[in-house]
Amino acid sequence: MDSTTGGADLRLLALTKRFGDFVAVDDLTLTIPSGSFFALLGPSGCGKTTTLRMVAGLEEPTAGTIVIGDQDVTWTKPYKRPVNTVFQSYALFPHLDVFENVAFGLRRRGTKGVDASVEAMLELTELGGLGRRKPAQLSGGQQQRVALARALINEPKVLLLDEPLGALDLKLRRQMQLELKRIQTEVGLTFVHVTHDQEEAMTMADTIAVMNAGRVEQLGSPADLYENPSTTFVANFLGQSNFFDGSITERSGGNAIVSIEGNRVGVLDSRVHSSGSRVHVGVRPEKLRIQFAADAVMGEDTNRLEGTVVSSSFIGVSTEYRVGMPWGQQVSVFAQNTRRDERLVRGAEVVISWAPDHAFALDAAQDVGAGVGGAHAAERPESAGP
Amino acid sequence: MAVTTPSSDSSSMSVRRRPRGPVRWLRSRLIPLVGLLVLLYMFAPIFVVVLFSFNQPSGRFNYQWVHFSTNAWTNLCQVGGMCEALRLSLLIGVVATLCSVLLGTLVAFAIGRHRFRGRSGANLMVFMPMATPEVVMGSSLLALFVGMNVARGTGTVLVAHIMFCLSFVVVTVKARIASLDPRLEQAAMDLYANERTTFWKVTFPLVLPGIVGASLLAFSLSFDDFIVTNFNSGSTVTFPMFVWGAAQRGTPPQVNVVGSLMFVLSLAVVIATQVVRRRRSRV
Repeated sequence: MDSTTGGADLRLLALTKRFGDFVAVDDLTLTIPSGSFFALLGPSGCGKTTTLRMVAGLEEPTAGTIVIGDQDVTWTKPYKRPVNTVFQSYALFPHLDVFENVAFGLRRRGTKGVDASVEAMLELTELGGLGRRKPAQLSGGQQQRVALARALINEPKVLLLDEPLGALDLKLRRQMQLELKRIQTEVGLTFVHVTHDQEEAMTMADTIAVMNAGRVEQLGSPADLYENPSTTFVANFLGQSNFFDGSITERSGGNAIVSIEGNRVGVLDSRVHSSGSRVHVGVRPEKLRIQFAADAVMGEDTNRLEGTVVSSSFIGVSTEYRVGMPWGQQVSVFAQNTRRDERLVRGAEVVISWAPDHAFALDAAQDVGAGVGGAHAAERPESAGP
Repeated sequence: MAVTTPSSDSSSMSVRRRPRGPVRWLRSRLIPLVGLLVLLYMFAPIFVVVLFSFNQPSGRFNYQWVHFSTNAWTNLCQVGGMCEALRLSLLIGVVATLCSVLLGTLVAFAIGRHRFRGRSGANLMVFMPMATPEVVMGSSLLALFVGMNVARGTGTVLVAHIMFCLSFVVVTVKARIASLDPRLEQAAMDLYANERTTFWKVTFPLVLPGIVGASLLAFSLSFDDFIVTNFNSGSTVTFPMFVWGAAQRGTPPQVNVVGSLMFVLSLAVVIATQVVRRRRSRV
């Protein structure tokens, strides 16, 4: 593949799409840098697929502009855009064999040396020798690779992937995630990947935009979004969190001091996403340390709360403890199974602790349960529109 | 619960014995047996037609087996007017098929793909000829032609045939279009095919099986129509009308020969489609 063509920036400016009264995409402005692997992550109906279809030209925006490189393509026909799509259910041409499916784009553009290019692409996607098969004679994983090959061979400036792995089983999906990432690094194109699976997005993407109700809720690297979410929706969609209600009492030395039911805990200033003083302090279960109360040592974990073990369940890689707080709340703690303390049984007095840079404080005006369940609540892939 | 009732369970098990002998034999073969009977019921008349095409009837009627002869097969056009009628029916069948498939496919695309005023009305109108009794359709057409002072003949027969074939074509092709995944066309457009190329490279090849099916249906409908044709043919004689007329005076075995030929021909078409389909689905 010619690396000089490469990808191009994709810019969306105030992009809006309405279906009647329903606003699918709401004033979306986004710059996706050239050569990046960008994920649009969100639950069903959040507008991510509609955004993708507008970029592909399969849906007309109600308002706004789409720019690829320095070309405004907002009103360009889909077949004149330097963009190719890997469709959700692949949409392979059933009457053409694998070779002709992959060659389709090249033949339309009258490219020379189709045979050699197609053979090379089939090798890259590990489909060598399957060229004369019909799509119906391939397994799900093979069909997925044909769909990818058919799009990639045209060296689009931007490659759009619409839930490309949704139809595959878990094991194959993991394998294809790494495969996709490898191919993207190899060809250096701009990939825009739409998914509702947060693990998939985090595994592959350099940058993730979490979408909710037609808007981008937060944008950042996978680690950023996970460690320092700015809304409860993002925190919940990307994983589990414990939320403590509290209020900020003072801010000093880059720290905010939050009072939770009379307990003082510190949160880094850069991790406070609230203008008011009422906050939800969020801590991921695996960031919490659990110790038997009588001989607890604090070390770097300057924040501590006391409680009693309600239940413990052995999960394999870790043990999940449910710890009851004096004010009735239950907290979830994941402890690595390196050194299990046999005293941590139901009813044991324990101390849970964490470092100030392992928590985040979110505006208490939000619903604590927003986006709970993440991918599992949105297992069904998103449809094109209402 | 299961622990308390093992005795009653085992006793009920022992009561239900495995059937033996003829009952068991019949049970295991009941479905193929019934299937065979149904096939026999369907093919018996065809078998009789083929058999009597090799008969040498003694009188004018070919209803009694006299002795074996290939006379009817070798002297097909000996019967006055039959081959002319056959030729005319084939011609009408081909022209009616071409016209109705062309028009019907366009109608099917319009109704299947576009939302427009009067779409449901058009849909209903297309169904009407299928629901109308042929006698009613034939006589009203005749009234129309007489009222408009159109001379009855091959032309009016063609108009009538195209009309009733059209409905079947629209329904068949529309079903095929409805089963088409719109994402395939979107994928083609995404892969640099403009509207025209998308139609000829993706849409048309995928709808083609429906169009072929509709053509076969239209041809057989036109070829064997008697009632509507009889009303609107004037002095023109199609093959079904010839057979009808001949039956009054006595049927020559040549009619059976044509019947047998038609049967063999349609059988060949069906087998050919199956072979092509199998070959396509193979690696």
